Amino acid sequence: MKFVDEFRAPELIAKAGEEIRRLADPNRHHRIMEVCGGHTHAIYRFGLKDLLPANVELIHGPGCPVCVLPMGRIDDGLSLAAQPNFIFAAFGDMMRVPGTHGSPLEYKARGTDVRIVYSPADALKLARNNPEKHVMFFAIGFETTAPSTALTLVRAKAEGLRNFSVFCNHVTIIPAIRAILDSPDMRLDGFVGPGHVSTVIGCRPYDWIAKDEGKPVVVSGFEPLDILQSIVMLLRQLRRGEAKVENQYKRVVPWEGNRAALRAMAEVFELRPYFEWRGLGFISQSALRIRSSFAEWDSEQRFSVPGVRVTDPKAAQCGEVLKGVLKPAQCKLFGRECTPEQPVGALMVSSEGSCAAYYNYEHRKPITIASAAAV
Amino acid sequence: MCLAIPGKIIELDPQNTHLAVVDVVGVRRKVDLGLLQDESPRVGDWVLIHVGFAMSKISEADAVDQMQTLTMLGEAEAAMQEVRGYGLENEEQADSAPRWKQ
Repeated sequence: MKFVDEFRAPELIAKAGEEIRRLADPNRHHRIMEVCGGHTHAIYRFGLKDLLPANVELIHGPGCPVCVLPMGRIDDGLSLAAQPNFIFAAFGDMMRVPGTHGSPLEYKARGTDVRIVYSPADALKLARNNPEKHVMFFAIGFETTAPSTALTLVRAKAEGLRNFSVFCNHVTIIPAIRAILDSPDMRLDGFVGPGHVSTVIGCRPYDWIAKDEGKPVVVSGFEPLDILQSIVMLLRQLRRGEAKVENQYKRVVPWEGNRAALRAMAEVFELRPYFEWRGLGFISQSALRIRSSFAEWDSEQRFSVPGVRVTDPKAAQCGEVLKGVLKPAQCKLFGRECTPEQPVGALMVSSEGSCAAYYNYEHRKPITIASAAAV
Repeated sequence: MCLAIPGKIIELDPQNTHLAVVDVVGVRRKVDLGLLQDESPRVGDWVLIHVGFAMSKISEADAVDQMQTLTMLGEAEAAMQEVRGYGLENEEQADSAPRWKQ
């Protein structure tokens, strides 16, 4: 009953659950996508699914940066790291993600200089402290982390620190949502919008989803009550036949986003014509690359990158799970060949990946707030 | 990586105007304030930190809520590990027992 004790306002949770059951149209099946992997984690962690009626289905979206990175990019980054006097720096989330010849952690065990950093600023610091070596920061993430990488590059250039570069894998969330909506095997009724990405981009970039696609979007916080309230707000709109963008996470997300962060991104990055996403394939203008004014600090402009393309292991169905077409447990490898201890696909590595979340909280079924609140 | 960690600005760096010492439940680390430049952050302000950069100003009540959320999500340990990791070799060892456990 650990989670229950820690939980705030269980009576409000129960109320939100009731409201959801009241608002859900019994003649319809509502399919709602939570875009962000942080939300996926929270949904499984608290067993929120158990509070929803059978006709309100949550579909897990592509908002897990580690999960959408194709294996070829990892191979490319690690092949550069094999150069002498080279340090490969990345966030801890990257360390166990499999490349063709092993994960960064396995490369480290074989002698490659691989370091975990918690901030791109610390990768820069590594470069300052190791002037005889080249430090490459393997950057991943959506708009939540891209501004920090951008400012780090601004600082590197201002300092004239030449033994530092960024291997940029930053992606943007809007084109991924568009690709999912364009996918013929996907029918969705609304979106729980990402919380922290929206602190940067604000709420306006979702306007087209409401106006052109006729689907409501509610930007949401990460507490169980936040997520349930967001579902209530979505169902209310659906019931009234409305489609607008609403902000449930006003205490953190300003409608206009963070302009300083957007300026930093615009100064350093430009859109790539196209970029490959695991599961979603090539999506045009969906990722960021470093502008030529920062070429010296761009690993891809500075070194020759093999440009590896690797197809995912045949039996693994990461792509279908990423798109929300399959549930994690419907993948043939789930829980057998592919576990958090021995991941085959990236969705089993990151805590934001739906397979890892499903495995840890659903597959092993702990006691959750939902089971208590539902009583 | 997408953790948003709440902290309180304790001291602005007089040499490096974009750096500040931030306290996260007793652990003090330097974070970058460059992405908050439009909001003129001050000592005493509460901020949400992503990967070593303050991303938004929040109220004290929301900061407490956010720490509670991280605890509920089972991410509080990871968040504190991240904060302790900022600055690599950790010049400042001002850590005290994490308060949210008490």
